[in-house]
Order: sequence, then C-alpha cells, then structure tokens
Amino acid sequence: MTEIVKRASAGTMESSDVYVEIEPAETGLTVELQSVVQKQFGASIEAVVQEVLQECGVEKARILIRDRGALDCVIRARVEAAVLRGKEG
Amino acid sequence: MSKVVKSLKEAIRNAGLKDGMTVSFHHHLRNGDYVLNMVMDEIADLGIKDLTVNASSIFDVHAPILNHIENNVVTQILCNYMASGVGRAISTGIMEKPVQFRTHGGRPSDIALGRTPIDVAFIAVPAADNMGNASGKFGPSACGSLGYAVADAMFAKKVIVITDNLMPYPLPDWAISETYVDYVVTVDAIGDPKGIVSGTTKITRDPVGLVMASYAAQVIKHSGLLKDGFSFQTGAGGASLAAASFLKEIMLKEKIRGSFGLGGITGYMVEMLEAGCFEKLMDVQCFDLKAVESIRSNPNHIEINALQYASPAFKSAVVDSLDVVILGATEIDTDFNVNVHTDSNGYIMGGSGGHSDAAAGSKLCMIIAPMFRARLPIVRDRVHCVSTPGQDIDVLVTQGGIAVNPKNAELTERLKAAGLPILDIRALKEKTEAITGTPDPLRKGDRAVAQIVSRYGEPLDTIYNVVD
Repeated sequence: MTEIVKRASAGTMESSDVYVEIEPAETGLTVELQSVVQKQFGASIEAVVQEVLQECGVEKARILIRDRGALDCVIRARVEAAVLRGKEG
Repeated sequence: MSKVVKSLKEAIRNAGLKDGMTVSFHHHLRNGDYVLNMVMDEIADLGIKDLTVNASSIFDVHAPILNHIENNVVTQILCNYMASGVGRAISTGIMEKPVQFRTHGGRPSDIALGRTPIDVAFIAVPAADNMGNASGKFGPSACGSLGYAVADAMFAKKVIVITDNLMPYPLPDWAISETYVDYVVTVDAIGDPKGIVSGTTKITRDPVGLVMASYAAQVIKHSGLLKDGFSFQTGAGGASLAAASFLKEIMLKEKIRGSFGLGGITGYMVEMLEAGCFEKLMDVQCFDLKAVESIRSNPNHIEINALQYASPAFKSAVVDSLDVVILGATEIDTDFNVNVHTDSNGYIMGGSGGHSDAAAGSKLCMIIAPMFRARLPIVRDRVHCVSTPGQDIDVLVTQGGIAVNPKNAELTERLKAAGLPILDIRALKEKTEAITGTPDPLRKGDRAVAQIVSRYGEPLDTIYNVVD
C-alpha cells in the first residue's frame, strides 16, 4: 500500500491539461471530478483515475480533479505524479 | 432642410414605433457597439413592448438585451450570429419564441422579399451628413465597410441613422444613401473603438495549426483552381490566416494573379492585395485597422453590401463567382454537415454568418479544424445541429489527414496524385477516437430555443434547450 502523507498536486488549468490535487484521508478513496467534458467523458475519466490509484496502491486519499479536456495518457501521468509527490519520502 | 432630430427618443417617436413591431440593427461595431443597448433602453423607457429585434449579429456587449427579454420589451430575436454569453442564456430556454438564425445572405433576402419586414431600422454609422448619407470609413468609430446595414436601409419602413460624427453635406463615398433615411440622430459615441476593430490579426504559431494550414494551401494548389483569375475567401482565425500566408507564398512564387479576395477582410488579405495576389478586395466587413485604412484609401478595395455579397434572392451575388473558401467548424459529421452554432455541450455560441453562403457559392469549400479540441473530436456521427448542409462542403482538412466529400471524385484523385494524406471521413473519425476515446452522446432538451433558417429561407434545423 502507498500511503499519502501530504497534500500534493500535479498539472495545470491549461486547456487540454488536468490539475490534480491529492491529500491524506482517514478511510477510503474520494474522487471529486470537475471536467469541461463531464457530459461526454465524465464516467471514463473517473474510471481512469480509479485505475491509476489502484495501480499505485493508494487506498486512502482525497483526490480533486479539475479537467480541462486532457487525454487519458495525460490524466494518468498527472495522477501518478500527484501520488508520487504526496507519498512518504 | 435637415433630417437631424434632437434626441433618440424624438426619432423613435417620430418613426411611430409601437408594441409588436420589428426593429433592426447591424453588427459592424461588433463587441464595441453602444447603439443597440442605447436604443433598446430608450424604447424600454418609452414603455414599448413585445418587439422583435432583427440584428445581423448579437455580441456579448449586448447582454443587457437579456433584461429587455425578461421585461417583455423584446419577445423575439432574429440574427445571423450570437456570441456565447447571450447564447448561453438563450440556450437555457428563457424565450417563448425561438431565436431565428439566418445567414448573412439569407437575412437581406428575407428582408427584401418581405418575409421579415422591418418597421424601424436603427443604423449606427461612423460618419453621416444632415440628410443621412452615411459611411463607415471616417471618424473616431470608423469600422470600414457598412455592408450588413444596407438592406435594412433600403427596405425598412423607417430608417434612423445614428452617428457621433456629423460631417458637412454632402458626405463623400457614402455606403448608405440619403434616399432611404428618415432621421439623423447625433450621440456622444456610437461605440468603443477598441471593441470595433482588432489592432492586428495574428497568424497562428501553434504547430497543429501550421500543419493544417500547410495542407490547406496544398489542397488549393492541387485543386486545379489556382490559376490567373483565382478568387478566395478566408476567415480571421489563426489557422485560416496561416493558410492564406502559405497560399500567398505559392501565388507569388508561381506568379499567379487572382481576381479578388472576398469577405470579412483582415489586414492579411490587404497584404495579399498589395503584394499583387489579387486585383481587388470585395469587402462586406472590416476586421482590423489595416482593413479600415485600406478600404478608405485604396480604390481596389471595394465596399460591397450583404445583398451583393451573398444573397440568393437577387440575380447574382459575389459568392457565386468564388473559387475557394476556407471555413471553420465546431463539429462536422460523416455526411459533411457542419455545426457552427453550438459548442459541444449544445450551448449557442456562434452562427452561420456567411458560412453557408460562401459554402454554397464557392467551387471549393474547405473546412479547416483540428482532429479534436480539449478531447472533443471534430468528426461526429451526427452534428448537434446543421448550420451548413454537407452537400456544400467539399473537403475537411485536419492535422491527421484530409477527408474529401465522396461527391468530388475528381478532386480526390488530384489530391491523392499530389501525395496528400487523403482518408475517408469515417476513418478520420476512428483515428481521432483512438486518441480521445468515444464521447458519450449529449442529451437534448425538448424545448426549441432556436430555429436555423437556410440561406434560401427554408427551415434547416432546430436547436433545443440544454439539460444537465
């Protein structure tokens, strides 16, 4: 398991990018998603974020996603970067 | 004799404006316009209600119109373009009667044919004399061409000219003749020059835009149309200007002398005129200061009105002699139908303008757009609404390849032979969705917020309210 010990962020609010913020939580995963393409890709973004968190072994965290129309590969990279910055060491 | 009256209120009273009538405006002052708001406030003050506003375009500077809608001063809007601020409010369904969208050519047709009669036209002009001869070329609010206002002047029952620059009679080089004008009103300012014209229009430096632009120029080069006498129209978007810049290089290198450039005119088209790419510019609207300066001083830069620009109701229009036009799109479907009215969430944020007219008239109509914007693919199974029918669109140029409408077998062969990356529009859609994913379909409301009327006056499509 990867423990999130501090608040960390990755990405920008530029068009086609995504801004990700992660912070420690007592229990479980909470993902708060806001996206300019919510109606078209909301479900798929949510699934990708969950997938990356699982791959990284994050089980407890609060994650904030401000998506400006990023592709899946960008979302993956930004979430992973936020996790790496938020974990111990 | 003088037609000058001392206030706007007096002019409105003299014109006999009453409940239920139609007033009209043009959009040459674009997002710098003071006059539409000024006039509607006076009308509201006079207690007149239930008006139809026929404006060639509605910009976000006109947002106060939303209050007049709420107070029933305005109960219907007819326009050719509506910017996103006002468009968003309209899209939520605030009006009983749907907005009617026309094209820059269809609007004057329908006015001339009596389909959309105007009771009182309010025409903002950067210069006028006391008998109502009016021009856009002179004065602190100079906007260049007044092309979109001419049908209003010719066919409205009463015509009020509003200016901040009263010049001695007779005004030279007028666009609107005194023969149509009832009253002249002077005001402190008709607009904010900063919003009327842009300082400069810039060519894109975005690599995706440059790839598209270079493909676009290659398509024109190999279309068989690029020879002496060539005619061309393009928009003011960064990628369209870049395409014009590549085209200019080709024309100068191959010593091709075109006959005319058409449309809303930018400084870039002026440079092409001055470099000898074209004999003439035919200008219905100036986009920037350089275009305004040129139309004032260069006799080969000719002011035309919207009737002559694009109207199908008359014996001919300039678009009928157009070889190539480059246009944009927010969406295009696999039948080549184009949407320029709504954004990808269904909110109104534009309109045809001259899109449909130039597409119908030109020999080669090219849409230039990126494969996707902020993850949303440009090619869809079905556009949210049809602004321009696919039968008038010939080619779609993206950075990921060029799709030719299957009706153009000969053009397809020419472009393939030139080594350009031609692919089926369905294949282009798949190629794009492999990168972006496939978007979930958008749910439409059940309330019509706008009707799209074709340039021929026929119903083309309906825009419904946006639901969450």
